[in-house]
Amino acid sequence: MADFQSLDIRRRSASTEVPPNIREATQIAKLIDVSRCIGCKACQAACMEWNDLREEEVGSFNGSYDNPADLSPATWTLMRFTEWEDPQGNLEWLIRKDGCMHCGDPGCLKACPSPGAIVQYQNGIVDFISENCIGCGYCIKGCPFNIPRLSQADQKVYKCTLCSDRVAVGQEPACAKACPTGAIAFGTKHDMTEWAGERIEDLKSRGFDQAGLYDPPGVGGTHVMYVLHHADKPSIYAGLPNDPHISRLVQAWKGVMKPIAMAGLAFTAVVGFVHWMVAGPNEVHPEDEAKGRDVLDRQDT
Amino acid sequence: MELGRRGFITLSGATLAATSIGALGFGAAGEALAAAVRPFKLARATETRNTCTYCAVACGILIYSTGDRAKNAKASIIHIEGDPDHPVNRGTLCPKGAALLDVVHAPTRVKYPMVRAPGSNEFKRITWDDALDRIAKLMKEDRDKNFVAKNAGGTTVNRWTTTGMLAASATSNETAFLTWKVARSFGMVVFDNQARV
Amino acid sequence: MTNTWQDIKNANVVLVMGGNAAEAHPCGFKWVTEAKQHNHAKLVVVDPRFTRTASVADLYAPIRPGTDIAFLNGVMRYLLEKDAIQREYVLAFTNASLIVKEGFNFQDGLFSGFSPEKKDYDRSSWDYEIGEDGFVKSDPTLADPRCVINLLKQHVARYTPETVSRVCGTPVEKFLAVCELIASTAPPDKALTSMYALGWTQHSVGSQNIRAMAVVQLLLGNIGVAGGGMNALRGHSNIQGLTDMGLLSNLMPGYLTLPKDSEPILADYMKTRGFKPLRPGQTSYWQNYKKFLVSFQKSVYGPAATADNDWAYDYLPKLDVPGYDILRAFDMMYGGKINGYICQGFNPLQSFPNKKKIRAALGKLKFLVVMDPLETETARFWENHGDKNPSDPSKIATEVFLLPTTCFAEEDGSLTNSSRWLQWHWKAADAPGEAKSDIAIMSGLFRRMRAMYQKDGGAFPAPILDLTWNYTNPIEPGPDELAKEVNGKALVDVKDANGAVLLRAGQQLAGFAQLRDDGTTACGCWIYSGSWTEAGNMMARRDATDPREQGLAPNWAFSWPVNRRIMYNRASADPSGKPWNPAKPLIQWNGSAWSGIDVPDYLPSNKPEAGVGPFIMLAEGMGRLFARDQMREGPFPEHYEPFESPVANPLHPKVSANPVARVFAGDAADFGTVEKFPYVATTYRLTEHFHFWTKHAKINAILQPEEFIEIGEALAKEKGIAQGEWVKLSSNRGFVVAKAYVTKRLKPMLVDGKPVHTIGMPIHWGFTGAARPGFGANVLTPFVGDANAETPEFKAFLVNVEKTAVPVA
Repeated sequence: MADFQSLDIRRRSASTEVPPNIREATQIAKLIDVSRCIGCKACQAACMEWNDLREEEVGSFNGSYDNPADLSPATWTLMRFTEWEDPQGNLEWLIRKDGCMHCGDPGCLKACPSPGAIVQYQNGIVDFISENCIGCGYCIKGCPFNIPRLSQADQKVYKCTLCSDRVAVGQEPACAKACPTGAIAFGTKHDMTEWAGERIEDLKSRGFDQAGLYDPPGVGGTHVMYVLHHADKPSIYAGLPNDPHISRLVQAWKGVMKPIAMAGLAFTAVVGFVHWMVAGPNEVHPEDEAKGRDVLDRQDT
Repeated sequence: MELGRRGFITLSGATLAATSIGALGFGAAGEALAAAVRPFKLARATETRNTCTYCAVACGILIYSTGDRAKNAKASIIHIEGDPDHPVNRGTLCPKGAALLDVVHAPTRVKYPMVRAPGSNEFKRITWDDALDRIAKLMKEDRDKNFVAKNAGGTTVNRWTTTGMLAASATSNETAFLTWKVARSFGMVVFDNQARV
Repeated sequence: MTNTWQDIKNANVVLVMGGNAAEAHPCGFKWVTEAKQHNHAKLVVVDPRFTRTASVADLYAPIRPGTDIAFLNGVMRYLLEKDAIQREYVLAFTNASLIVKEGFNFQDGLFSGFSPEKKDYDRSSWDYEIGEDGFVKSDPTLADPRCVINLLKQHVARYTPETVSRVCGTPVEKFLAVCELIASTAPPDKALTSMYALGWTQHSVGSQNIRAMAVVQLLLGNIGVAGGGMNALRGHSNIQGLTDMGLLSNLMPGYLTLPKDSEPILADYMKTRGFKPLRPGQTSYWQNYKKFLVSFQKSVYGPAATADNDWAYDYLPKLDVPGYDILRAFDMMYGGKINGYICQGFNPLQSFPNKKKIRAALGKLKFLVVMDPLETETARFWENHGDKNPSDPSKIATEVFLLPTTCFAEEDGSLTNSSRWLQWHWKAADAPGEAKSDIAIMSGLFRRMRAMYQKDGGAFPAPILDLTWNYTNPIEPGPDELAKEVNGKALVDVKDANGAVLLRAGQQLAGFAQLRDDGTTACGCWIYSGSWTEAGNMMARRDATDPREQGLAPNWAFSWPVNRRIMYNRASADPSGKPWNPAKPLIQWNGSAWSGIDVPDYLPSNKPEAGVGPFIMLAEGMGRLFARDQMREGPFPEHYEPFESPVANPLHPKVSANPVARVFAGDAADFGTVEKFPYVATTYRLTEHFHFWTKHAKINAILQPEEFIEIGEALAKEKGIAQGEWVKLSSNRGFVVAKAYVTKRLKPMLVDGKPVHTIGMPIHWGFTGAARPGFGANVLTPFVGDANAETPEFKAFLVNVEKTAVPVA
């Protein structure tokens, strides 16, 4: 039984406990067929409209059709355009819809130190629960696809929810619904994988011998998959990772460091609580902010 | 790992304590573990069927507005998406159609009749009656002065060439028919639409 | 469109040439992806730019802007030479076998009958040989050298692949690859669909571009069949409706035409309309013209239109020129011959060619009325915005009214889409502020005028006083009431020859077949008759069922005429009435009648053996490979260079450009030369924007925030222009300063031995709205119109480009 409405949780950040569950949820997936995509940005428009997101400034022209120039807290999906010439000199305009891949094994969730700030539902959606987000940015480091973005407005991290609000009531995500050419399809992961097979067959019949499905095992497969005409070279599609993995740092955090950190975290919490009781809430000082950035930057290298 | 990250100390203690304790496996501590997705925003919004105003694919759209059309509820459009029943677009929309909401509510919508006087540097508000009275007067003056009843050869031609009109291509057929009637009854021949551009 | 959007999925080959469907009509383009997906169709794109449509094409061929006819004539030559035509269709359904008059010929770029003084043709030789029986002579064996098809062969013989390549810049092998795919649809059960838009119309040979493709489609037997047709992708949501409704310079509703000065009385007018058949037994449906006209006059002038006054014929203004189209209007305005202008929801300052001239013209008006839901540049043409709009308000004496109107979401009514569907829509909310509907505003102006004419009299008040206005709410007539008026009704009991009542007085008509020319019926637009019948509002129908899922959805809304979804569908069956493509029949002869999933475009009882042609509106009943006198520059398409071109016409340099295109005296001086402006420019739309409207929508402004031009890597290198740098793009009419997008998608082409660079400029920016301010591409474009439709030549002109400093904000 398809049960897209199930919000049962499979995984929860910084939590060892997940509620028991007797139901089997249907795995959902979004399939992005790059070979059918015309780069019209209907998905971007629909995403902004549905999620009530607008960049504050309209931006500027920067030498490509990529607008805005990058993902941001208000831009959860983005068409990335690449003018690519094959070795024979034939031009292809590769257009890839970038956004959260909803990994089976989500690096963001694993990196997140704040309990319940990132959850993975039984249906496969990886969702950020804003009220639990502490703005530490670890998820950004944990993501092999460079997707989450920290908002300067409220110090929380944002990314595509796969329209969990729509999926929860049995609807498809806004981007999938809008897509004029059917380049974005939405359904069960099983159906999407099958559909991808048909598409790949068609592409092969049109001379794309290397056509294939992008569902990278390094991150436990994804709930957003691509059909690529050149599946042997994902990176030509505006830097789609050839073989994404969760960074070793995050693996380490998850495996060894996290329990230790968690103990510290509990300690901090208790101290914080006492501090709050005694002195009232802390304000964020610019130096805290700078320090936080430092830490993140150091982790980068 | 750095635990001095500012986020930790920013949060108010009570909530954090409970959450952290839960995270550490000390039981749910009274907190529901089910995460809350954003509530579905259209649950009881009013749905109206319409057609996209842009190109001539004429995609079917569903307009969602607040309220249930009750007397005291002033409807405001909150969301527009594709009509899945429509045989052409089947629920899909292009980037223009998917952003229709922003044109309906554009800050640059004109809200009041305005007039700019000759030589002036600004528009000023004017009432509808004053605007239409003034325009009709200007039109009649021009028509009476320049109407061509007969051409040089004496043939009845009944045309008015000194005031023209460009008819809108996003208005309905019904508006178009009424506009044709009005413009041609005046004998207006400088009359065209935007089919060419 | 002859066919429906969904029917595109039935095509075997989709040719997108003269348009960019993926970008301009994404949701319609879905049916191309469906054709590829489920019909294994091939998508062929021929375009000067590698567009978003090209990005998903199976085959892309570049072409120099303005050379489509050379390309298509080359395709015709290929098809005729390889005999890749649908022979039986061509013989039976086109005028291939008809004999053309002896006097007709073509030499050195000119057809017979040209007058250099008048810059026009005497078109009398462009016609058929008429036999003693009064009908056109024909030779079904095609042996006669004067047969249309033999003259066509002769005409296109010059367009060899090498010549096509020399003119168009398309590599020979790419051209031949396109030909091969097009030719693959000649078998009776294969179809090619042609999807085009402004990329064909906005040329000084715009109408002939389309004629050329229509000829290709007739040769292939692709008109009237599933997955075929000539599909004009109309731009605006109701531009089809506005045109159907006759809001065009020379039109009345339903493609009736306004009288000319040379037609002082109705009898003169009828002489050149209501054609008699040119072949035995043909329908020539325009024979019913008078029924449509009289019923229209009864609708508009009611009791004031009588048999005695020729149905108020004198109430119709007469034309002394072919039409007061937008170019003529603004040329007159520029010359101080227009005092007032009403701009209902459009933005001429941004949309019309040569912005400098348009701005100056508006400044010569006494009054300008702009009705629009949004702020427009036109309403603010008098404002100074620096280089982007260098006006001096103190010197502009125009009184400008800006009247706020409702938008789509705030009113009921019907819109006609590109495939002729009339779809009803419903109001969702009130308009902001004091905005009123266009209906209320037009009614307000009319009622004031009528009151003044009633009270004070004035010039020819009769049509104003006699105009029918019996609306329940005369201040703002309801769209439902207007829609019923458009459909038409019986004015008195309408009886048959035996006196039996066919229609009761006041009854809504079921369709235009019920119209009479005796004043007993009224109908606002005959082709829309059937849209609101006694059964109710047919335009509001929402039954999407689709027999055999063939893409017709016959019970969804209403499709004119008579709910027919595919035009000329009689041609989908062979002369004996069997479908050419048995897998996708539209209609067929079942032994006693024509029947099928579509409404026959034919009298249902016409037996196949009677030989009535499928093109029932035409006097010969046949598709025209030879256009007779219907096109101003010739009955066969011929390549003419754009008015601003980097080369003289390689075929006939002395007659380089269209000899009968529309150029006003003052505008020729504004044309630039290749010496000063060495690059070809073309303007276009981007998918993120719709004309000048969506720059007011924040989301769209975010998606394409700022004006830019597109320039190929080779030219950019030559001019030292790096990615995203500021450039000055100039024509002989003005300049824009914008950022450059250096792209691989525009490559130089070899034309007549010389490299030619093309620069592209999207049109969407101005000085109002949420996007960044811009100049607008029409600062650059030339004021020249197509010979038949007066469409401006926006797609091919000359420019220069230079690197420039970052502009001061």
